[in-house]
Amino acid sequence: MIEIPGLYNYWVVVFLMMAGFYVVISQGNLVKKLVGLSLFQTSVFIFYISMGKISGGAAPILVEGITTYSNPLPHVLILTAIVVGVATTAVGLALVIRIYEAYGTVEEDEIQKQDLVDDASIEDPASTSSGEKDK
Amino acid sequence: MDLNAVDVAFTEAAVGAGVTIVLMLSSLYLTSRWEATPKHSSFIPLLVVSITGAVLVYATLDAPLHGDPAAAVHQHVGPRYIEQGPVEVGMPNMVTAVLASYRGFDTFGETFVIFTAGLGVLLLLGIPTPHRPRPELNTIEEEVVLKVVVKLLIPLILLYALYVQFHGDFGAGGGFQAGVIFATGLILYDLAFGEIEARKVIPARWLPRLAALGVLIYGGVGVFSLLKNKPFLDYSVLANDPVHGQHLGVLLVELGVGITVFSVILLIFYILAGRRRQS
Repeated sequence: MIEIPGLYNYWVVVFLMMAGFYVVISQGNLVKKLVGLSLFQTSVFIFYISMGKISGGAAPILVEGITTYSNPLPHVLILTAIVVGVATTAVGLALVIRIYEAYGTVEEDEIQKQDLVDDASIEDPASTSSGEKDK
Repeated sequence: MDLNAVDVAFTEAAVGAGVTIVLMLSSLYLTSRWEATPKHSSFIPLLVVSITGAVLVYATLDAPLHGDPAAAVHQHVGPRYIEQGPVEVGMPNMVTAVLASYRGFDTFGETFVIFTAGLGVLLLLGIPTPHRPRPELNTIEEEVVLKVVVKLLIPLILLYALYVQFHGDFGAGGGFQAGVIFATGLILYDLAFGEIEARKVIPARWLPRLAALGVLIYGGVGVFSLLKNKPFLDYSVLANDPVHGQHLGVLLVELGVGITVFSVILLIFYILAGRRRQS
């Protein structure tokens, strides 16, 4: 097997992390933002697991005759984080669904526009008649 | 397998294959299918991302090389877990030993976060009442092959989940993976046979209670050791022999984790998949 350079994993992590970050800050669609956030999170998982690796080490399950094991600590942190991650993503999705049901859209721009119209109608109820889109 | 993280790979496989896709698809179904064409230019985000990425890549130049045994991560508690873990906790899988025993507080916190996330989704959306699908729309009703295959698969999935749950101290696995796999089995049943049938197996109103029960088992083990004048979650009080006590404690704690994870994942699925589209 061709030896991969020692920093290769970190660069993959940085690339994935920035791809997720880009989706979060550039997209207006809330579902897409959550997808970007998950991608970002996954890159952190890969980062931790890469750190736990010791070259020549085995998986951290005790076997007779093996003395070098990879570090179990990052594995523990990440395996719990994966399950916590899916649970928190579900909370995010639930929020998005509620937003969709209240506003009829998951686009950030349109939600803010509707909020501005609503604010204006609260301050001056006579001036706007189109701002009746509250839940 | 290059990274030797069997437990993590296992978890990610179970979560990615079983749960994430279903959650994403049901949320997309409940919101809008198409996105609006973006109005902003993507130049500024691209600039921000490029600069941040460049800084991070620059930072990695000082990082220890991949697989370097002298890296800072492998210096402090890591070697101790590897050397003393199998002796003190008495189980070959060091990941389980660290997860449930050395870092029991941390895992308790994580379990609580999962429980809270389940409650959050429940509060936001509420459990929908299952509705009978209209016969003319329900094409899955005629899929005999699918149903037979699913019926064959489900016992195996559930059995495997139990194996993963109770064998986690020897091989890869544990409460987190087992909970997800068990929930996947029931999600599969729900997808193939419909909500009404699935709710006969486990009614939705049980799930918040089951989730709380899991956290209660975990916390109960901790309180039990407190009552015995030992620190919170010190498992050595559970049996006469400390190593045996550790074993029992890890089993109980993993059981609590498994129950909470299973019920929260299934609860989230029931809520998201059962919700009707509002237009």
